[in-house]
Amino acid sequence: MELSLSARDAEGYLILDVAGEIDVYTAPQLRERLIALVEGGARHVIVNLDRVEFLDSTGLGVLVGALKRLRGVGGELFLACGQERLLKIFRITGLDRVFTMFPSVEAATAGGQGGSGTGTPAPDADGGADPAASAG
Amino acid sequence: MPTVRLSFTPAPAHVRTARLVGVAVARRAGVASELFDEIRLAIGEACSRAVALHRDHSIADLVEVALGDDDRFTVRVIDRAPIDAALGQALGDPAELADPVALLEEPPGQVASPDPATEEAVTVGMRLALLAGLVEDLTVRPADHGPGTEVRMSWPMPSGRNGSGGRG
Repeated sequence: MELSLSARDAEGYLILDVAGEIDVYTAPQLRERLIALVEGGARHVIVNLDRVEFLDSTGLGVLVGALKRLRGVGGELFLACGQERLLKIFRITGLDRVFTMFPSVEAATAGGQGGSGTGTPAPDADGGADPAASAG
Repeated sequence: MPTVRLSFTPAPAHVRTARLVGVAVARRAGVASELFDEIRLAIGEACSRAVALHRDHSIADLVEVALGDDDRFTVRVIDRAPIDAALGQALGDPAELADPVALLEEPPGQVASPDPATEEAVTVGMRLALLAGLVEDLTVRPADHGPGTEVRMSWPMPSGRNGSGGRG
């Protein structure tokens, strides 16, 4: 399995659990899923990178694109990531100053406690999840 | 003299193969395991760059990867893109790369549908930032034979290992 995507609702957020490798081959799948979620109404999205084994520049580009897309419609994208080897990638590229990052999904849904990025989490009451787009 | 040579059609699916081969050769050569993540990512970025250049210019030629383990573990990734285009993505001072924060400094409402070209530009910028930030010994230069560029990267080998070299 190279990339697995599964969406769920929790605490007013749409959480996208990502597992496997995000690279030049698989990143388009992530892009399409994130676009579908936003078009389905999701506004406060947490991308859970806890089970991501590999992340490259293409994946970073997709995440930046999703962040811009969400902010363009008044939403926000948060990242949950506790893996040092991935955090290093965000630091090297300076993207740790762009994304609102949390060490875990639980920390993200707790309303911003422990956040280290530039934004302020603002959970939406309805979360905006599209059931059709939430299928794993 | 390379230990392993790998050539692949410029398709994204093959970049993963190159990463796997690269780390396998590094492991076999005795490179310190704490460098594997860095090597995996660097090979992936260099190969992704080559694939993108080939696809942008409709070049069907193979992307070449040469892995050697003489004094240092060396990876060379060679593309066949026009030299101007390839060197246009040469590696500058990381400090001169675009500020990522500036990527988002557009007022809400104007970025609801990000231009795919902009996303690609972000990817290219991040790719160069990663390569420059990860790999201490990194050069990009014209390929020895024919068009294209060679991304050359190397990492130290453990001292006192069996076989050649070991001074790194």
